[in-house]
Amino acid sequence: MTNATANLLYSKEHEWVLKLDGNRVRIGITDYAQKALGDIVFVENPSVDDDVTANESMGTIESVKAVSELFSPVSGTVVTVNENLEDAPETINEHPYDAGWLVEVEVSNLEDLESLLKEEEYEAFINEGEE
Amino acid sequence: MSTRTVLKRTPLFEVYKKYGAKVIDFGGWELPVQFSSILEEHDAVRKEAGLFDVSHMGEVLVEGKDAESYINYLVTNDVAKISINQAQYTAMCYPDGGTVDDLLVYKLENEKYLLVINASNIEKDFEWMKQNLKGEVTLKNISSDTAQLAIQGPKAESILQNLTDVNLSEIGFFTFAQNVNIGGIDGVLVSRTGYTAEDGFELYLANEKVEALWNKLLEVGTEDGLKPCGLGARDTLRLEGRLALYGQELSSEISPLEAGIGFAVKTNKESDFIAKAALTEQKEKGLKRKIVGIEVTGRGIARHGYKVFSEDGKEIGVVTSGTQSPSLKKSIGLALISAEHAKVDMQLKVEIRNKQIDAVVVKTPFYKKGK
Repeated sequence: MTNATANLLYSKEHEWVLKLDGNRVRIGITDYAQKALGDIVFVENPSVDDDVTANESMGTIESVKAVSELFSPVSGTVVTVNENLEDAPETINEHPYDAGWLVEVEVSNLEDLESLLKEEEYEAFINEGEE
Repeated sequence: MSTRTVLKRTPLFEVYKKYGAKVIDFGGWELPVQFSSILEEHDAVRKEAGLFDVSHMGEVLVEGKDAESYINYLVTNDVAKISINQAQYTAMCYPDGGTVDDLLVYKLENEKYLLVINASNIEKDFEWMKQNLKGEVTLKNISSDTAQLAIQGPKAESILQNLTDVNLSEIGFFTFAQNVNIGGIDGVLVSRTGYTAEDGFELYLANEKVEALWNKLLEVGTEDGLKPCGLGARDTLRLEGRLALYGQELSSEISPLEAGIGFAVKTNKESDFIAKAALTEQKEKGLKRKIVGIEVTGRGIARHGYKVFSEDGKEIGVVTSGTQSPSLKKSIGLALISAEHAKVDMQLKVEIRNKQIDAVVVKTPFYKKGK
């Protein structure tokens, strides 16, 4: 992984979380997840002002072959949605950590972030799963 | 813990990894879903060429004095119409018109035919063939000894021609040549058929020779754009070409007429055949439901099993196959719906995750070669 990913937090559902100013976080899916999904052709994000709950479905992501749920890694309110993905969902395959981000959420309780994995913990989690 | 079923493997299984395949459980078989990416592989077949391992398909040899009349009793198309070195697409039905399988019949000799059947149906089909045996005929299931490769795409002929003295341009669509030598590998049946809506060949040979043939084809074809392809691309390609898939468009519950492969049903052929009465009645009375092409015009992708509604909210059927079409960049699908709604330009709704999304009935095939 690159330096850019070192500051991220990760969920076991393969989402990453980047802390922005205040209570705001940006959410995307990991490189591991986009590779596992294959060619992504459709994303159904939540809408602005929707409430999302940690570990619950907030949308769906579809590759050519399959439909998968997107799980929110945090609880809070959606403040921005990456609208570019509507026409170019393949951006997630190409740039999972920057241009392919999904949504930004105003987190209701920042302490929730403590339950997420650090980079090395996430890597260990993936490697475990692959054995 | 979980019961682990032993997955079947083709003779090329060990080679997959070398080419970067992602392997999945596909109806009891451990098969590559993709090598690089489904979209890249799809594109290679449309523009250059792709190589598929389809050794999981089943093969049955039918031999004997009554082979022709027996096959004609078993299937819906008229096998009496084909000559030696010709192949024919056909269906095998239950007496009620439901489909046992769709298959290719190859006429090898006057009293010898090769039937190519779907991998997931091998045991069921063979049992059905035995139960309905008629006359002086022997059946031999050679599925586990026979490998099959498909080379598909506009450059398939020129790539394959590099490896053989047989003039491939003389092998017309749905005809074949037997005992061809390809790059030093002999005994290959070379058939101008496929499942991608592109030009191309299907190559049948003994298991032990297939690895050498696979390597040879990629060795000479890679510089012309030949790519190893998986089942993911095979599915998007066949769907764009509106080719039926058993278990989706065809099943014991769906007749070949309903599935839209009526061209393979010859109710007026001279000989009697299983399901003749049922299929004749369907033809005469008109179909209550049929499979149509749909395009999802709203935001969403139709998938197998999703419900279909009329514009005024009545449930009228189900999606049998659906995907985002890589060639057309549209959300396309096939749906089995009531006949009164099965007209081009009819507006429909597909239920995608509890939402009714707009769709419309469109002409098929979605994609035609050279377009």
